[in-house]
Amino acid sequence: MPSLDLLLRPPVPQVQEIVFRNFYTAFLSVRVQRPGPGGSRRWVTCLRNLCLMPCPHTEEGSQDYFCLHRHQMLCDVDQVTAMRFILRQPSPVWLHFTIEDLQIFPPGQKSPQKDFPSWLSQLTPPEQPASLHGELPDPEKVSTEVQQMWVLTEVIRARQAAARIGRFDVSPTTLLMGTPTLPH
Amino acid sequence: MLDPDRGLSLTIARVVQRLQGSSLHSQLERQARVSLHKPEIRLESLKEDIKDFLKTSGWEKKLQNAVYSELNVFPSPCHPAAPPEHIKEPLAYMRKAQGSWEKRILKSLNSMCTELNIPLAQKRPANEQKELLSKWNEMGTDEPDLSLFRPVYAPKDFLEVLMNLRNPNYENGEQPSFRNHLGLIQVPLKVKDIPELKEDFSELSLNIGQLGIDDSAQVPPEFFENEHVRVGQKVLAEQDSAAAQQYVRQGCPTALRADLWALILNISNQPEDILYYEQLKSNVIQHDLLVDSLIYKDVKLTASNDDYYFVFEDYLYQVLLCFSRDTSVLEHFTYSSATPPKSYIQGKLGMEEYAVFYPPNGVIPFHGFSMYVAPLCFLYHEPSKLYQIFREMYVRFFFRLHSISSHPSGIVSLCLLFETLLQTHLPQLFYHLREIGAQPLRISFKWMVRAFSGYLATDQLLLLWDRILGYNSLEILAVLAAAVFAFRAVNLMEVTSLAAAEAVLADLSTLKVMPLLQIFLFATVT
Repeated sequence: MPSLDLLLRPPVPQVQEIVFRNFYTAFLSVRVQRPGPGGSRRWVTCLRNLCLMPCPHTEEGSQDYFCLHRHQMLCDVDQVTAMRFILRQPSPVWLHFTIEDLQIFPPGQKSPQKDFPSWLSQLTPPEQPASLHGELPDPEKVSTEVQQMWVLTEVIRARQAAARIGRFDVSPTTLLMGTPTLPH
Repeated sequence: MLDPDRGLSLTIARVVQRLQGSSLHSQLERQARVSLHKPEIRLESLKEDIKDFLKTSGWEKKLQNAVYSELNVFPSPCHPAAPPEHIKEPLAYMRKAQGSWEKRILKSLNSMCTELNIPLAQKRPANEQKELLSKWNEMGTDEPDLSLFRPVYAPKDFLEVLMNLRNPNYENGEQPSFRNHLGLIQVPLKVKDIPELKEDFSELSLNIGQLGIDDSAQVPPEFFENEHVRVGQKVLAEQDSAAAQQYVRQGCPTALRADLWALILNISNQPEDILYYEQLKSNVIQHDLLVDSLIYKDVKLTASNDDYYFVFEDYLYQVLLCFSRDTSVLEHFTYSSATPPKSYIQGKLGMEEYAVFYPPNGVIPFHGFSMYVAPLCFLYHEPSKLYQIFREMYVRFFFRLHSISSHPSGIVSLCLLFETLLQTHLPQLFYHLREIGAQPLRISFKWMVRAFSGYLATDQLLLLWDRILGYNSLEILAVLAAAVFAFRAVNLMEVTSLAAAEAVLADLSTLKVMPLLQIFLFATVT
């Protein structure tokens, strides 16, 4: 059963994420070496038989990217001095199997994320409309609500639109002059 | 593999980015502003009231349809570390195979170009432009000399490439073993078996009414047909894409089909869409592309010779000539394993600032390409709407039938699914055909690449395409191909050569699609 050993010097205080690209590994187990009681170091299993390829004789998941988070691990991954990745591939049809592009991210350094618009994290929950009871509504409250909507509109307007404008496109055929040839 | 919460946020962000700045977005903004004058919108509950207004006036439904359309077309987001080519096609050897196939096509096109000494594109002289404009609605009457042109490739050339596809990490020994597949396709993709297909296509089962079976002359319409039509009219009134997609799984009544398909594909034929089509038309008038001659040749060879489709020859030119100039089609290359060919202005080979995609939509037509458009001519008579429907069908489904990818609806998976189904459920027939040198895929490949267009009777073909739209997958093509073999199994067991097997399966025009599918999936003893 092949395994990949990683020695981490200096020890990683806290592992946040492990990112890798699969190459025909069906099941992955991860063990970490941590300081134990009394100053010794012991190996602990933090991931047991994670299924990367649901059907090991076929291609599903064989070359996909995977990301393991802290909260998916069976134990705490603090003060890690070494990591062992145990790879299993029960199907005999594959010539090689391994994992590639392995990256380990301590906290503060999240794996590269797509850029979220900031307002996505500030979506407000549905509000209850205030009852009037015959009084005028509080002007402060009204102005903040209207302002919120206005800010939302402004932010959306400022964003780069991915949609095509259509009729302002320049037709590329106007760029071809003479007899262009295609590269062989 | 992505964390579900992060996956959802990425999906939301992507959909929002795509819908921002679209005409739907500006229409929603305008509606929201207009609604401020209405008495039921109160200042203290502004957000809620506007949301309610958009709901009751049907605008929320339009937004839902647009979001649903985006979710259907674009694949779910991969891990952010995945590069763009991984999203196009996760398996490296398939990407490589698609790249070499594309190089071959380009070489063929290039050599034809140099042989005939015709430019890839040139501006039409003014008198020719005027002539084409006047003849726009009857381009079929034109008889240009196309004898020197030949199609860039035919489906059987593509089949040869797929047969030679190998995973370098797979043990492809020459000795027959459990590793080698008995069919033509040798890549170990995951395909569904009949129990899984029964579950996926559960609406086709024996106890559920189907158009194509339960609307025949012997069955009184009160049993199923009348109610089904009523439900269809209701779905159209609600203008709900997701409901329409679920509805068409049981078939579309002929009178409602055009509107239902437009609803599922989210095509509304707005003035700006008509304007866009007119702009493409003016591009056709002004510039002549080499690809145009390929299109003419293809239409003359295929659709014009077909008993059902020859009447639509003019429509086909109007759609396909505009299609090759439509750069919005380039967007589908983000999720297709193919890459559009690039051309360089003369003398500037290799300089990226002088590179353009050729043809402008990046799709080089092959022999039989016009058959993707022909059946749609029965449903849509207005050229701009016909054009939009075809374009949407192409970027959702048809592009998968002529590119090498591991997608479950890609042609490689369909071929493997067909062979596996036949081998598992008709092993004697499969073995017999293999022994006489008539591998079943050699016969069924052309049916699947064309989505059965030109092989089935048109009403049956449209019933089949209803299910493609309803299930948002092309797997039904492979199931139908296997079902056809099962139907003609007795005759096929008696043939002794490939030519004889082809003859048995030459004419599919009398077949009824839905009974075949139902019997194969739900009534065959496994």
